[in-house]
Amino acid sequence: MDRLASQSTGASEKLLDIRNLKIEATVYPPGEAPRNIVIVDGVSVSLERGKVLGLIGESGAGKSTIGLSSMGYGRGGVRITGGEVILNGRDILKGGKGGLRALRGREVCYVAQSAAAAFNPAHRLMKQVVEASLKHGVSSRAEAEKRAVNLFRKLSLPDPENIGKRFPHQVSGGQLQRVMTAMALCSEPDLIVFDEPTTALDVTTQIDVLAAIKEAIRDTGVAALYITHDLAVVAQVADEIAVLRHGKLVEWGDTRQIITQPTQEYTSQLVSVHEIAHEEHAPGKAAALSVKNVTAAYGGGTIKVLKNVSVEIPAGQTLAVVGESGSGKSTLGRAITGLLPPLEGSITFGGRTLPGRLADRSKEDLRQLQMIYQMADVAMNPRQTVGTIIGRPLEFYFGLRGRERDKRVAELLDKIEMGKGFVDRYPAELSGGQKQRVCIARALAAKPSLIICDEVTSALDPLVAHGILQLLLELQKEEQVAYLFITHDLATVKAIADSIAVMYRGEIVRYGPKSKVLTPPFDAYTDLLLSSVPEMEVGWLEKAIAGRRMESAGN
Amino acid sequence: MASLLKLVAQRIALGLLLLLAVSVLIFVGTQILPGDVAQSILGQSATPQALANLREQLGLNDPAYVRYFHWLWGMLHGDMGTALSNGQDIATSLSGRLKNTLFLAFWAAIVSVPLAIILGLIAVRHKNGFVDKLISGLTLASISLPEFFIGYLLIYFVAVQMQWFPSVSTVYDSMSFLERMKAIALPAATLTLVVLAHMMRMTRAAILNVMQSAYIETAELKGLTPFEIIRRHAFPNAIAPIVNVVMLNLAYLVVGVVVVEVIFVYPGMGQYLVDHVAKRDVPVVQACGLIFAAVYIGLNIIADITAIVSNPRLRHPK
Repeated sequence: MDRLASQSTGASEKLLDIRNLKIEATVYPPGEAPRNIVIVDGVSVSLERGKVLGLIGESGAGKSTIGLSSMGYGRGGVRITGGEVILNGRDILKGGKGGLRALRGREVCYVAQSAAAAFNPAHRLMKQVVEASLKHGVSSRAEAEKRAVNLFRKLSLPDPENIGKRFPHQVSGGQLQRVMTAMALCSEPDLIVFDEPTTALDVTTQIDVLAAIKEAIRDTGVAALYITHDLAVVAQVADEIAVLRHGKLVEWGDTRQIITQPTQEYTSQLVSVHEIAHEEHAPGKAAALSVKNVTAAYGGGTIKVLKNVSVEIPAGQTLAVVGESGSGKSTLGRAITGLLPPLEGSITFGGRTLPGRLADRSKEDLRQLQMIYQMADVAMNPRQTVGTIIGRPLEFYFGLRGRERDKRVAELLDKIEMGKGFVDRYPAELSGGQKQRVCIARALAAKPSLIICDEVTSALDPLVAHGILQLLLELQKEEQVAYLFITHDLATVKAIADSIAVMYRGEIVRYGPKSKVLTPPFDAYTDLLLSSVPEMEVGWLEKAIAGRRMESAGN
Repeated sequence: MASLLKLVAQRIALGLLLLLAVSVLIFVGTQILPGDVAQSILGQSATPQALANLREQLGLNDPAYVRYFHWLWGMLHGDMGTALSNGQDIATSLSGRLKNTLFLAFWAAIVSVPLAIILGLIAVRHKNGFVDKLISGLTLASISLPEFFIGYLLIYFVAVQMQWFPSVSTVYDSMSFLERMKAIALPAATLTLVVLAHMMRMTRAAILNVMQSAYIETAELKGLTPFEIIRRHAFPNAIAPIVNVVMLNLAYLVVGVVVVEVIFVYPGMGQYLVDHVAKRDVPVVQACGLIFAAVYIGLNIIADITAIVSNPRLRHPK
C-alpha cells in the first residue's frame, strides 16, 4: 500500500503524538456571563503505527474532543489552546486551515457515533464513500469505487457490488455503520478515529459491527483511536487503553493491564462490574396490569407490530420487556398507555378493563399509569422550573395549590435525593442523571400504581445509570409501585426485574420469572441476546462470534 | 416510484380543484358588485325596452349558476368573451399582454433567481462576517423601498442622467429582440431588486439550518472546502424551502407587477387589468383574475412537486 507513512521520517515510530493538549470552550449559561471552561487539560497520549488506542471515560470526560483534535477539529465553539498534536512527524496545529484540510479525509478519517445522521440523505452511499479519495487525489473514481466494493465485502455487507447505489435511508443502522467504516478506510488513511461507533446499535448488531471493524483494522494495518464509554467493548479491539476523567488522563496502559490490574481507583471503579443485588419476588396474586392477546398495528392495520401479546405485572413488581429495536417493545408501552389503541385483545388494569383509546380513559386511569422516557431533556418543558414540572401533576390530579403543593414537591425532591435548592432550576441547568430523576419525581407525584419506564437508563453513563436503577428499586419498596421496564440492556434487566418478557418481531418468545428466563436451555433468540452482551475479557468477541446459533435481525 | 407518481398526481388534482373553486369565487365576486352590465353598456339614457333586449341577448336573465357554467365552458375553450368597454375579443387583446408580462417576468427571473441563490450561498460562506452583513443589508434595503421608488430612482439615474436605457418601456410587435431587451432592462432591474432579498434570505436561512446537521461535520472531516460543503452537501438538502420561496416570487413577478408596469408604461397584464377595473369591465376582470389564479396555483404546484421529488426518501422508498 502506498501510504504517506513510508515517506515520513523514520526517526520516530509514533504515528500520533499528542503532547500536553489543552482544549477550551466558551459556555453561555442562562442568565450568567459567558465564561471559559477547560475541557481537556494537559493530556498526553501517543499511538504507534497500526495500533489501536482506546479512549474511555464518562460523557464530559473529553474523549471525543481529544479524538477530534487529531484532525485539528473542534466541535461547536471548542478551541485547541495549548499543546502539540504531532502526526506523521509534524505539528498539525501549525499547518493552518489548508494544512488541516489536506490531512482530513487523507491521513486521518472519522467514523461517527450515528452513521444514520452522518451520511448526507441527498446522495447515494458510493458517492459519499469515494468523495474523500477523489478530493485528495488518492485515486481515480473507478479505482476508488473498486476499492470501496472490496471494503464493503470485507466488512461483510450484503450485496457489496450494489449497496453503494442505495441512499442512506435504504440501509439499516448496523449496515450504515459499516459503510461509514468503509468510507473511512477508502482513502487509505494512516489513522481512523472511531467515535462510539457501536453505541447506538442494538447489542446483537453491535457484535457484528465490532467484529467487522476489528477485522478491517487488522487487514489494512491502519491505526485507530477507539472512543467509547464501554470498557467491555474497547477491551475487544484496543491494544492500549487510556482512561480519561474530567478532561484529564487518569491511566494509560496495555489493555490487559487496564482491565485486570488497574492502578488507579477510578479505573477499578469502571472495571468492577456493578451488580445490583435484587431478590426476585414470587409472582403475586393480584395483577396490577394484565395484557391479554393484544394485537396492534400502524398504518391502519397494515403493519402489525404486536402479535397476540399477553403479559401480566403483579402489583409492586417489575416486568422487564427486552428485545432489539423494532421488536415492538416500545409499541407495547404505547398500546398500554392508549396512544396506540390495540386492534384486538384487552388491557385490564387494577381489575377493570381499560378503554383502548387514550381519549376514552378517565382521569383516574391516567393518574394510575405514568411514564418515564429515554430522553429526559426532551420530556420536560425547558421553560419550566423543576418545581413547576413536578408540581403540575399535583395540581392536575389532586388539586393541590400553594404551600401544600410546595411541601409535596419538596418531599418528592427529597425522595429522588435532590435537595430543595433544585426547585427553582431549569432543566438546562441539570445533568443527565438529575433530569431523569426529575422525570421520576414527576411520575411519582401522581401516586401511580404502574410506571412505564421506556429505556430510562439508555442515554446515561454506566455509573449514573446505576444510581438511577438503585433509586427506582428503593422507590418501589417505599411506594409499592409496579414497573414495566422497556430496555435492550440485559445488565439492567438482571438488576431490577422480577419477571422478563423477551420480544422478537412483535411476538413474545420467552416469558416468565427472571430466574427461569435467564436459566438454560435457551431458545435461539434469547441465546443470541444473552451471548451478545460484551464481557470485559480480552478475546471474548471471537469466542462469542464462534458460538452463535443465529444471525441477528439487524444484519 | 408508483407512490411518487401518485403523490404528484394528487397535487395536480388538488391544484385543479382549487382553480375551480377560485373560478367560482371570481364569478360570484364580480356578480355581487352593484350595477347592471346592460345599463353600463347602454348608458343612463337607454330605454327600458333596449335594456331588456340587451339583457336577453347577454343571457343576464338566466339564473347565476347557468351563467357561471356558460362562462366556465367558454373559458375552457379559450373563449373569454368580449370586453364591454370596447367590444373587442378579450382573448385576442389579452394574449399579447400576457406574452409581454411573461417576457418581462421571465427575464427578471433569469437574473434574480440565480443571483439570489448565489448571494445566499456567499452569505452562508461568510456567515456573520462583513460580506454577509453587506449582502443582507443591501438586499433588505432594496426590499424595504417601495417598488415605485426604486423604479423612479432607476429612471432618474440610469435613464435620465446616464441615458443608458429608455425610461419608457413601450414595446410593439415589430421590435427586434435586442430592442425589446433594451426596453425592459429597467423594469426587469426594478423587479429583480424587489424579489431578491426574500429569496436570498430564505436560501441563507435554509442552508444555515442544514449546516447544523451531522453530515456537514462528516464533510468537513473529509477535508472539503467550506464552499464545496455548502454546494454539495448543504444545498441539495435545502432545495425544498428555497424552491417554495422562489415560486412565490415568480408568481409575484407575473401577478404583482401592476405598479412597475404603470411606472414604465409597459403594456402588460397588470396595466390591462387596472384599466378595465376602472371601466368596470367585468368580463375582462374575470378573465385576468382567472389567469392570475392559474399562474399562482400552477407555480405553487411546481414548488410542491419539486419538494416531493427532491426528497430521496420519497423518490427511492425502502
